[in-house]
Amino acid sequence: MTVLQTLVDAVALGLLYALVAMGIGLVFGVMRLVNFAHGELLTAGAYALLLTNDMPLAVGLAACFGAVVALALAMEVVYRPLRTTTPTTMLVTTFAVSFLLQAVALLAFGARGRNVGVLSELNRAVSIGDLRVRWVTLVSIGVGALLLTATALVLARTDVGLQMRAAAMDATTAQLLGVRASTVIRFAFLLAAVVAAAATVLLTVQRPLVTPSYGFQLVIPALVGVVVGGLDRLVSATLGGFAIGFATAVLGDVLPADGRVFLDTALFLLVILVLLVRPGGLFGRTRAAWERV
Amino acid sequence: MPDAMLQIRDLELRYAGVPAVRGLTLEVGRGEVVGLVGPNGAGKSSTLLAIMGMVPPYRGEILLEGRPLAGRKTEAIVRSGVALVPERRHIFPELTVEENLRLGLVGRRSRDGASDDLDRVAALFPVVRDARHRAAGVLSGGQQQQLAIARALVARPDLLLLDEPSLGLAPAVVDGVFEALAEVRAGGVTILLVEQRAQFAVGFADRTHVLANGELRLTLSPADAGDSERITAAYFGA
Repeated sequence: MTVLQTLVDAVALGLLYALVAMGIGLVFGVMRLVNFAHGELLTAGAYALLLTNDMPLAVGLAACFGAVVALALAMEVVYRPLRTTTPTTMLVTTFAVSFLLQAVALLAFGARGRNVGVLSELNRAVSIGDLRVRWVTLVSIGVGALLLTATALVLARTDVGLQMRAAAMDATTAQLLGVRASTVIRFAFLLAAVVAAAATVLLTVQRPLVTPSYGFQLVIPALVGVVVGGLDRLVSATLGGFAIGFATAVLGDVLPADGRVFLDTALFLLVILVLLVRPGGLFGRTRAAWERV
Repeated sequence: MPDAMLQIRDLELRYAGVPAVRGLTLEVGRGEVVGLVGPNGAGKSSTLLAIMGMVPPYRGEILLEGRPLAGRKTEAIVRSGVALVPERRHIFPELTVEENLRLGLVGRRSRDGASDDLDRVAALFPVVRDARHRAAGVLSGGQQQQLAIARALVARPDLLLLDEPSLGLAPAVVDGVFEALAEVRAGGVTILLVEQRAQFAVGFADRTHVLANGELRLTLSPADAGDSERITAAYFGA
């Protein structure tokens, strides 16, 4: 296995984690809420793909996007009363929603995992020079880059994107200018959902075994990435997600086969080191003295 | 007295049970400029935030063009034609000057004529055009104040609330800001001007109320602008 091979795989996984992290960051930006139940969006998408296994691809994709978007908008409604509460209340509530949804999945589908077969042909490998790369890796890189760029463009160029950025920087002033909190929050959930649904499709190709804790297991490292990157800025949160995915893939390749069980240990050791050196996050920056007299 | 744009009747505001404003009654007629001065903590900013629907009144009422604002959200009040230039400007330092102005457009009732209004504020404050692609945070304090006023004006308000536009600015810069405000007033915009530095407000406004300890103490006319003894006395509760 060459270094390049490892890098390509790591970039692909990094981009998928970046998508998940960006979704968490988008919602946090406008609502100051860390949505622990973000993973259940992925789980919902994965079960939607599972239930439409035998149907045409288009139906499966529509079901996945539909389920994730519907659940995200429902979460927005449930979280609405939290806007005026403390961060602790928010955090505990999103935890509760996460566990509730996992329990619902457990009741509905049972604890045993089932395999999603959608787009499994993407697991075939293609040779590029000396490299043997699975199609899903290439598609993940392409789709990941596309979605990150598209989201950046929406935030930079559209009116609602500008309002989201303003609300994330200074919610009170945004409100005083007439920005509707409900509009930007709903749009953030919508954007996060679309991106999560795309990530789900690509993730289920690589990890087809769907269980009630499918998304939860993915979101924990993504959340760690968000914190490592820096929660207060969308770019740093997304980069943090990328870094965690990238590090996971690299460690998975570098560690000897019998050392793989220590992957999480190695990863969290890395996280502790990063936070010791840069408590504000790897990509967080010290605030410039903006206020001028 | 022209017909009333803003009426505040017996307003009481409390923070955690402690009164910040008590029994405040005042009226701003259409096209008028009314000043509200007083020492720090007198309740001036709280009054403006109550008009914007950010602080719920404990007692009393606020009427805009005769209609009570009680229970209306800030976003709706903005769209009824009220714009606030907040204390310390609160521009978005990381956004460009142009993006800051675009955010001002959010509160418009209609996008018709928006580009004319953008041209108009650019004529009034050339910096918003000259520096449009720069981060607002790199502007000087005076330029940031101009941007904050321009951002409020592009919402095309009928009533402009200004919270300490002179704060932190050198006197020469303040003169420039007030020259621009004179043009805004000439354009028919009603203004409620809050100032800690009373001399700026008293000379500019048609009437200036002195607020101390949450209560109205005195009303001054432009003729009193030179009478610093009277202003000082009102501040210190004579």
